[in-house]
Amino acid sequence: MAPAPTPARNPAAPLDLDRVAALRRADLLTMIHLAKSGHVGGSLSSVDILTALYYDVLDVRPDEPRWPGRDRFVLSKGHSVEGLLCILADRGFFPRAELATYCRYGSRLIGHPSVKVPGIELCTGALGHGLPAGVGMALGAKRTGQTWRTYVLMGDGEQAEGSVWEAAMAAAAHKLDNLVGILDRNRLQISGPTEQVMPLENLADKWRAFGWEVVRVNGHDIPALIAALRGAPCRPGAPTLVLADTTKGRGVKLMENAVKWHHGVPSKEQLAEALADLGVGEVSF
Amino acid sequence: MGAPCRQAYSETLLAIARQDPTVFVVCSDSSGSAMLGDFAAQLPGQFVEAGIAEQDAVGIGAGLANAGLKPFVTGPACFYSMRSAEQVKVDVAYSHSNVKVVGISGGVSYGALGTSHHSLQDIATMCAIPDLAVVLPADAWQTARMTESLVAYDGPVYVRMGRNAVPDVYGPGGVSGRTDPFVLGKANLLLEGDDVLVVSAGEALHAAYVGATLLRERGISAAVLDLASIMPLDEGAVLAAAARVRAVVTVEEHSVHGGIGSLVASLLAERAPRRMRRIAFPRENLVTGTGAEVFVHYGLTPENVAAQGEALLREVDAAGGAGAGAR
Repeated sequence: MAPAPTPARNPAAPLDLDRVAALRRADLLTMIHLAKSGHVGGSLSSVDILTALYYDVLDVRPDEPRWPGRDRFVLSKGHSVEGLLCILADRGFFPRAELATYCRYGSRLIGHPSVKVPGIELCTGALGHGLPAGVGMALGAKRTGQTWRTYVLMGDGEQAEGSVWEAAMAAAAHKLDNLVGILDRNRLQISGPTEQVMPLENLADKWRAFGWEVVRVNGHDIPALIAALRGAPCRPGAPTLVLADTTKGRGVKLMENAVKWHHGVPSKEQLAEALADLGVGEVSF
Repeated sequence: MGAPCRQAYSETLLAIARQDPTVFVVCSDSSGSAMLGDFAAQLPGQFVEAGIAEQDAVGIGAGLANAGLKPFVTGPACFYSMRSAEQVKVDVAYSHSNVKVVGISGGVSYGALGTSHHSLQDIATMCAIPDLAVVLPADAWQTARMTESLVAYDGPVYVRMGRNAVPDVYGPGGVSGRTDPFVLGKANLLLEGDDVLVVSAGEALHAAYVGATLLRERGISAAVLDLASIMPLDEGAVLAAAARVRAVVTVEEHSVHGGIGSLVASLLAERAPRRMRRIAFPRENLVTGTGAEVFVHYGLTPENVAAQGEALLREVDAAGGAGAGAR
């Protein structure tokens, strides 16, 4: 039985966001299974962050995706597009049925974020591009006296890209307290643990040294994520980094902390096992 | 000698930006070399310093465009066309961001500073990126018209212009005296002719034009086509001008691979073959010298344009006329 799409946000009747996140995990795994293509691990690790953003924090209008006053979100770790697409569809940016076309011939839903999809601000996929663009967005808002905010979700392997740090410097220099970076710290990248491939620590110290305020949270604790994201800026004039400790493959035992599930396609049996872990029935689009 | 293109660009952009607060400049420690110091001083709210970080500067440009602004990301062409090529491809062109990436001191403008500072691969790189317009103004007059036109154009563009004062081709004081408006995707046929067509754009256009006049003084009917916008390429103008002549010479401040010569040769090979000569820089690290000396060394001179045109016509006529080699 297909789970019902999540109702539109209604402050009078708060959603069970953990349940919403489980449903979106089920969606994305099913989508990847159907497409026979996708990045499983990093999508699962970032679903709770995206849920906090799209079901609570972001002021966006699914029926008017280019509304000038919207908050901006950039998925700099573009390979985790599956979770974002499932959430955008559920929020009504485009029909949920379209998720069945993911990576199919002629589809606008491709393996990385594309501006052809309503609700997506920037084509990403080449790492280290999201934060510089986020700096431009936040700077544009500041210079024109607008109050919307910019949020950029980065991966941890991505932290090795030099352009991340160019943008980190610029954000502090331009006092962009309307910019929030989020780091999905799942500690694994495609060829192994981040600390083996290219040691990143101490990340909190590095970001602080670049002039950012750093808030460390459990990246699967949705209320904590919402509090951190809504709590920014922590200091006037300073950009905020929400350092979210996560588990790659979160929610599916088979995939948790398993390097090989960076990308991978669950078989029919593995999908059933995953949905059982999530407590979600069979998904249809 | 006219003014440098970068000066015409900065003065025109500043005048427009005073009236249009959405016009922004992003620099990478390049406001001096881009002659944008006045812009930064007079319109600090519309000027963004990114530091020596071209990748970041182009990304910031894409973000500013997303916020509804019209950024002109400006700095040395050598760096913007290579170091930040991926940002131009993904953040600007693929994302269809309204960003103008303006490469100044392009080609061999930096002269003896060497290959690191030359941009002789930028036409090849940028023309292969979908949805990105590529523009090379020839002189100060055309640069001013181009700048006005690009402010009004909503889409991604790469512009390359030079550093040094160059003789005017356009305008009342220009060698052609022409005052064509700048229209993206439109070439200007500056001289009509029936023997040889000289195709050029950017700061090599002056040598191309004067070379054609030398040919005309020798009784050869030489045409001159200024592409102005390399991409979109005005294919109709190239084909129409080429249809009238027996030979085509291209003149450009770029590698012989992937530039104007390659674009014209590909088009003609498919549609209307003509014997060609490509005057451009060889695929090697160039001789040391000023930009002007380097132009002379590799034959980007009126005399060589005329000599190559004459020699090519002799070859074509000896072989039995236009397109003979392809028939």
